[in-house]
Amino acid sequence: MSEITSLTLYELIKNIKEKKISSNEAAKSFVDRAEKSKKINVYVTENFENCLKLSKEFDDKPNFDLKLPGIPIAVKDLFCTNEVRTTAGSNILNNFVPTYESTVTQNIWNEGGILLGKLNCDEFAMGSSNETSFFGNVQNPIAEDLVPGGSSGGSSAALAANLTPVTIGTDTGGSIRQPASFTGTVGLKPTYGSCSRYGIVAFASSLDQAGPMSKDVKDSSILLEVISSFDKKDSTSIDFKRNNYSSELTRNIKGLKIGIPKEYRVDGMPDEIEKLWKKGIEYAKDCGAEIIDISLPHTSYALPTYYIVAPAEASSNLARYDGVKYGLRSSGKNLIDMYEKTRSEGFGEEVKRRVMIGTYVLSSGYYDAYYLKAQKVRQLIKQDFDQAYNKVDAILTPSTPSSAFKIGEKSNDPVSMYLNDIFTVPVNLAGLPGISIPAGVDKNNYPLGLQIIGKPFDEQTVLNIAYSMEEKINYKNNITDWWMK
Amino acid sequence: MDEIMSKNNSEYLIERNDNVYEVVIGLEVHAQVTSNSKLFSSSSTKFGAEPNTQVSLVDAAFPGMLPVINEFCVKQAIKTGIGLKAKINNKSVFDRKNYFYADLPQGYQISQYKYPIVGEGNVILDMPEGQKQVGIERLHLEQDAGKSIHDIDPSNTLVDLNRSGVALMEIVSKPDLRSPDEVNAYIKKLRSIMRYLGTCDGNMQEGSLRADVNVSVRIKGSTDLGTRCEIKNVNSIKFMQMAIIYEANRQVDLIEEGQEIDQETRLFDTKKNETRSMRSKEDAHDYRYFPDPDLLPLEVTNEFIDKLKSEIPELPDDKKKRFIDEFKVSPYDATILVSDIDTAKYFEEVIAKMGKNRDMKLAVNWITGELFAVLNEKNIEIAQSPISAKNLAKLINLIKNGTISGKIAKTIFELMLDGDIDPQIIVEEKGLKQESDPKALEALIDKIINDNREKAIEYKQGKEKLFGFFVGQAMKASGGKANPQLINEILKKKL
Repeated sequence: MSEITSLTLYELIKNIKEKKISSNEAAKSFVDRAEKSKKINVYVTENFENCLKLSKEFDDKPNFDLKLPGIPIAVKDLFCTNEVRTTAGSNILNNFVPTYESTVTQNIWNEGGILLGKLNCDEFAMGSSNETSFFGNVQNPIAEDLVPGGSSGGSSAALAANLTPVTIGTDTGGSIRQPASFTGTVGLKPTYGSCSRYGIVAFASSLDQAGPMSKDVKDSSILLEVISSFDKKDSTSIDFKRNNYSSELTRNIKGLKIGIPKEYRVDGMPDEIEKLWKKGIEYAKDCGAEIIDISLPHTSYALPTYYIVAPAEASSNLARYDGVKYGLRSSGKNLIDMYEKTRSEGFGEEVKRRVMIGTYVLSSGYYDAYYLKAQKVRQLIKQDFDQAYNKVDAILTPSTPSSAFKIGEKSNDPVSMYLNDIFTVPVNLAGLPGISIPAGVDKNNYPLGLQIIGKPFDEQTVLNIAYSMEEKINYKNNITDWWMK
Repeated sequence: MDEIMSKNNSEYLIERNDNVYEVVIGLEVHAQVTSNSKLFSSSSTKFGAEPNTQVSLVDAAFPGMLPVINEFCVKQAIKTGIGLKAKINNKSVFDRKNYFYADLPQGYQISQYKYPIVGEGNVILDMPEGQKQVGIERLHLEQDAGKSIHDIDPSNTLVDLNRSGVALMEIVSKPDLRSPDEVNAYIKKLRSIMRYLGTCDGNMQEGSLRADVNVSVRIKGSTDLGTRCEIKNVNSIKFMQMAIIYEANRQVDLIEEGQEIDQETRLFDTKKNETRSMRSKEDAHDYRYFPDPDLLPLEVTNEFIDKLKSEIPELPDDKKKRFIDEFKVSPYDATILVSDIDTAKYFEEVIAKMGKNRDMKLAVNWITGELFAVLNEKNIEIAQSPISAKNLAKLINLIKNGTISGKIAKTIFELMLDGDIDPQIIVEEKGLKQESDPKALEALIDKIINDNREKAIEYKQGKEKLFGFFVGQAMKASGGKANPQLINEILKKKL
């Protein structure tokens, strides 16, 4: 048997159910490996002792009917976890310990999952490289000094480095799919309204969505089944019939129509991305899918629309971090002075930039030109997809316009950083499900991902296509554990 | 409905150097929704609890907390809209009004901006000279903020979040009010309607009802609106009236001096009885309203609205009409009786208990006269009346059927106050039954005439005012119990 930490979630569950591995053994393996992996800096807060304790408790009274029986799992530090510090990667929440649990994480614990720790991420999920985190950069396990993507960079790195069998991220404009693409892992952003936002530190409420990140497609289907639920505590949660995603998973996608949007062939896109996409189309054909050219005419407006809507909502969502009730408070001469000092010291540069952009686009006199117009364009983008889905069942695109870049390479150029999200952002604007699966490597042997976008609430088709293509692609990460040497 | 007033005597006019100014007033009333829990959380709304004991994670805006609309508050707002004869909007939207303040945990207030739940409506005011219709612009739902307390700690402001998130209805009138008297009538009418509906208790001391007052002045007869000032957060009718009078005169003085009026927000200083500038239009907050992405647009079906319509009780205007038509009560009395739902209930209970041979006029007079005097004196509401409607009805019936005189009734009324005693029992125990036996009264009067022969002769010679002397003597001799009508008749005959 291969090492515990390199097992997929599915394999680990199987071994635990067959009593070949105990929950405590699994927990120990992940904790031991984490102790040797500090260099990649995935953890903001470790919950190791408690995890070991709880795994022992599970072994004493095991319940193998659960979907995640005694499985240790690390989660992005954007999910509020009861009595475990939750920072959102920000200094302003450096010492914040919630007294409540997010619905998504609660769903995981209810099915037997055990918290390993809280994973690094871009501050308030604003970033594409994990470089905006107050808790330092995360190393991509693929190669030294490479970013793991973002904002769920700690999550993708932890997965690729075999520090957690599976994890959850949040995706506002690509924050699950882009880091998955950069680390050769799988990341699924479900339909908006599938997973409750209750207890997730908000970035942009109309776009934020939690989702599974895993080593393969099957694992994502298992985790999605656990975390997707209707929740009355979130008014935007949608009460629809959810599939048994893992048991309904099939590689039979014969006859499914897959659309190829011509607008995703953007200027300056590297050849290798173009090649990867073509390869993906061939794989899809091999799987029995029918390929159809489609048009999503408003694609080029998606990024500017996103960078109005998301900062606008963020500027308001982050107003609560004012030093009055919890989190960091810097002392000031008066209330205004206290606000200014707290927020100046508590927020990093990227967060400040977006709060300023958001405040600006909502300001009287600019609202119509920016926010209102962006909302209208958002509708058009949604309509593009609606029309496309009259002809096709799903859409295939590259996940990102490039592979992972070096730490520091883009940190002084926000616009080039924002361009990373060009293929993922339209999916959030339209509220659709999208998955990134590893599909190949670039000239440096860095992973590249393909994205499959589905109809609303049709995660099953997305997963089935991904599952089917995954088999043909047969991608394997080549991780050398360089950080341990 | 009475005719809409053509001549407005309640108008408040200011004369300066041959110019006659009228004042134009619009009110934004903030009415706390009667509800056990808050607009977007399940925390209690009870008044007067220890600071920060009625605060949920949502109210304190903890990370990741989300608002969930309280359906009961929505129903309350719709009911109020129906009471204001207003259009109920099938779709409304909650927006965020963004500003920083220590007692505003989210950094924004959830309110309704472009699409309120209730649109245009109106209320009818009963002014001494007739009725006046005041237009309602809109009613929207919003959250209240917490409370900043500046006077407990010398160097810190303390914050109490008990009120944070409590549901308010903001009811915006059109600029249809013309005087402090009309403002008084308007607030009272609004409060009356909401108390009938059970949607707001209207308690101004507890802050359940407060208003921002918009005041402008113009030459009487002009149809243009002058530049207005908004006086923020006035929490009693008296202060509203004082603020309006001060503000209107200030504006007239400025105009007469040839100066411009700045559109600004002002505060009313109750101690100095003056309004003061709070912030000018240039300093006005940019609230950056936008639809709250945590909440879906609020959609209500016509069936939902119709169901609520069917639950609406008889409202003051209809009740007044019925009192006039059915009970033949004068419009003036009817206005008084319906103004407060508890008064109307009390009156109707008295009527019901009086039975068939009821005397409406007596009932109205006893309630608006004796009973109101006692309530005023004791400073209590009619709901806490020391005399029940049942026993007051009995007392009135005792007068009506001649068992007691009106004068004795007043004595009995006083005695009833001590524990809501049945007047019949008082009559029997104290022997206060009216003497209506003509033979007994004749004997009594014969004795009085006999004892006062000289006065009787003077009367016969034309000193007619002595008649009252004999009545008084007769009443005195009977211990006040003699039937005054019979005394009069017998005296006339015997003298």
